[in-house]
Amino acid sequence: MSSASVDHEVRVGHEGHADGHGHGSAEHEKYPFLAHHFETPAQQFDSAKLGMWLFLATEVLFFGALFVAYAVLRSRFPEVFSYGSHYLDTVMGGINTCVLILSSLTMALGVYFAQRGKRIALLICLWLTMAGAAGFLVIKYFEYSHKIHENLVWGPGFYIPPHDAMGEAESVALAHAPAPAPAVVPAPLNSAPSGVPMIGAHPAVDASVVKPASMGPLGLGAGAVNHASAVTHDIIPDQLPSAHLEDAKMPPNTHVFFAIYYAMTGLHGFHVIVGMVVIGMLIYRATRGDFGPNYFTPVDLVGLYWHVVDLVWIFLFPLFYLIH
Amino acid sequence: MTTIVTPRPELLDTSATKDNYLTYTRGFLSWALTLDHKRIGVMYMSAVLASFFVGGVFALLLRTELLTPGRTIVSADTYNQFFTLHGAIMVFLVIIPSIPAALGNFILPIMLGAKDVAFPKLNLFSFYLWIGGALFTLYSLAAGGFDTGWTFYTPYSTTTTTGGVIPVLTGVFILGFSSIFTGLNFIVTVHKLRPPGMTWFRMPLFLWALYATAIIQVLATPVLAITVCLLIVERTMNIGIFNPSMGGDPVLYQHFFWFYSHPAVYIMIVPAMGIISEIISVHAHRQIFGYRFIAFSSIAIAMFSFIVWGHHMFVSGQSGLMNTIFSLISFSVAIPSAVKTFNWTMTLYKGTISLTAPMMYGLSFIFLFTIGGLTGIHLATLNTDVHLHDTYFVVAHFHYVMMGSALIGMIGGLHHWWPKMTGRMYNEKAAIIACIIIFVGFNVTFFTQFMLGSQGMPRRYYDYQPEFQIYHVISTIGAYIMASGFFLCAACFVQSLLGGKKAPANPWGGRSLEWQCTSPPPHDNFSAPPTVGNCYDFSMLRWDEKEQGYVVDKELEAVAIAAEARGHS
Repeated sequence: MSSASVDHEVRVGHEGHADGHGHGSAEHEKYPFLAHHFETPAQQFDSAKLGMWLFLATEVLFFGALFVAYAVLRSRFPEVFSYGSHYLDTVMGGINTCVLILSSLTMALGVYFAQRGKRIALLICLWLTMAGAAGFLVIKYFEYSHKIHENLVWGPGFYIPPHDAMGEAESVALAHAPAPAPAVVPAPLNSAPSGVPMIGAHPAVDASVVKPASMGPLGLGAGAVNHASAVTHDIIPDQLPSAHLEDAKMPPNTHVFFAIYYAMTGLHGFHVIVGMVVIGMLIYRATRGDFGPNYFTPVDLVGLYWHVVDLVWIFLFPLFYLIH
Repeated sequence: MTTIVTPRPELLDTSATKDNYLTYTRGFLSWALTLDHKRIGVMYMSAVLASFFVGGVFALLLRTELLTPGRTIVSADTYNQFFTLHGAIMVFLVIIPSIPAALGNFILPIMLGAKDVAFPKLNLFSFYLWIGGALFTLYSLAAGGFDTGWTFYTPYSTTTTTGGVIPVLTGVFILGFSSIFTGLNFIVTVHKLRPPGMTWFRMPLFLWALYATAIIQVLATPVLAITVCLLIVERTMNIGIFNPSMGGDPVLYQHFFWFYSHPAVYIMIVPAMGIISEIISVHAHRQIFGYRFIAFSSIAIAMFSFIVWGHHMFVSGQSGLMNTIFSLISFSVAIPSAVKTFNWTMTLYKGTISLTAPMMYGLSFIFLFTIGGLTGIHLATLNTDVHLHDTYFVVAHFHYVMMGSALIGMIGGLHHWWPKMTGRMYNEKAAIIACIIIFVGFNVTFFTQFMLGSQGMPRRYYDYQPEFQIYHVISTIGAYIMASGFFLCAACFVQSLLGGKKAPANPWGGRSLEWQCTSPPPHDNFSAPPTVGNCYDFSMLRWDEKEQGYVVDKELEAVAIAAEARGHS
């Protein structure tokens, strides 16, 4: 490359740069959405898109740590995961998977219509995507409330059945047992010396038959519930709250499965809510007529975000629902 | 490739010097709502320096407490809170944002020849996230403080009764996002806003360093965010993922934490290395030696940073095989680090060294970083680490790297770009004396701690055996010396703001683009379009007595261009 040609190239480039000062350049007059520090709409679009991909990389790593936690816990308690998975409703999870995939389709179509300036079609697609997100959350709500009703929750509460659901024998036992911890127990519970598995202190648990965890440092002895009460009350599993506590086959530390289940699906659910907010903003702007062949960046970026939220679920669904 | 194009005098509009970014608009809101990267950089710098003061006060308090065995000024619980706060403030509020967010924000777009960062609103948002995170950290003091150490190891962090743990974790979460957005902004800016002529290999090395740092910020910080999230959930809802008594795994927490926090130490040191590359080359008036090696060594360090976290956990019970692998990879970090150190030394060799204040800091950096880096090898070696783990040796090692290198680099960079940021010169002699006092104080403080640690004094302890006292006394005296150095340094800057000499556009003889714009820079960074050349070719500059700075000499420039053309034909 000769010095003259480089010189020319540089100078020409900078004349464009100089024109960019103020807001008087032709490009900036032609495209009101063009920010002052960009030279062309293409540069602005490329920057936004690269920024979004980087943000999505952070999202992947954000979820990534939870997937690692999942892998560590599952390799430690494989029996817990295959057992706990029975309690998840595959039909509802399956429907939710379809709902999310369809909403990804409508989102992709929305980007297509935004690029072609078809405002009505774009709006229909955005509303459909919004409906998909809402539908997902409604189904998720039913799943969660069903599980919470059955006392399939995180932490020590997993082993403490709600009082009104208890049989008489258990109520009597409760009166003689040390006061059970509340369902959500903050620090005090943990502050016991680590050698004492306090959370196993369910009234019905006979300490002498507490089984140690298969691999963990300390088991909760959750498998050692009093089966006699199960027999006398003739409980049908999965029908009554805390039915899992009556199940002799429940491996120790089953609460771990639900802890990671709520952590991962909860974080995913939060992302769906954020998705609904940004799709709502798109609907507002699309109604105003902001988007067209020249400017569709926000639709494109929200689309990318939505696909990643969808993709996370595609991994969550088999890892939790389909492992038994 | 490296054809030199220099500013044409007719393009340098000197009348524009009156209108700079500081005077462009006025009023509180013009700063609070500004989208100008330079103002955001200045706000970050003020906030970081204020935090540095607070963290430094805690450092002095805890050093004072350690003057005697047993109680000196405060109780053991208060001491635990002091060292925790010192660590958390210095790491999350000072060193991590100091160079990228404060200096980087100001310098990166100008050095690159861009008008701003790619996402100015996101930039301002990340500043306010920083403020939010800092407020949460302050609030944690009111809520009862926290005594977990800055590492928040479980299960202690989920069981301690100090009330400030959740607020400070929230603060760290928010600060993490501030850091992520800054990194994201820088990556996109470097990729998409380079003007024509600014090729990757014409970028000053500080930009390469910031780019490598930004990669770490974007890829490592999310893991910290989710980890502190889990910790908050663990503390409030007791989900048990990190709780051994519930089948959880506390070592998993350590893995998560160090997966972020080891790369984080490179977030601190890599940009400082970038500053040193600039300072050494500009103040030795000599072309940087091994430009591409230094550039790629920054990227190499960024890559290595993700696969060495296990060396913090040699005694955590991880398998012998993992220990061996992590130890080996940790050794390999020495390669890119040494590449840089040797290249800086080679740049100095036969250079025309000006012993200016920035250069003094630059030389301090090379000296201290060499000690900090080489003592790292002791800690990466498995058998010596078992002896040295959790002793003052580790404390001394990471202070040599975090403070002696990263922070000294930041202060050096501040001296280097101060004339550009404020338009004022400072008292050079006083600044050099401050640098020497800091350097001496630093070594007295921390070299002593190497000896303490190798004799077995554990870190974080409140009480100690009487035979360690002499070392603690020397170390504390060193801390006082260092503090007086920093006060002198601060006084220099205040004096410069109040009555400093007006700074020329190019006081040191730099060739990167920021020295082409006026001091302080105009609102749009360049009153005339910048021209991109070889930013390390200083042959065409000469000192101008009237300007009190360096200017491009036309005759020398013609010689340089001719030489360049011959070299390429």
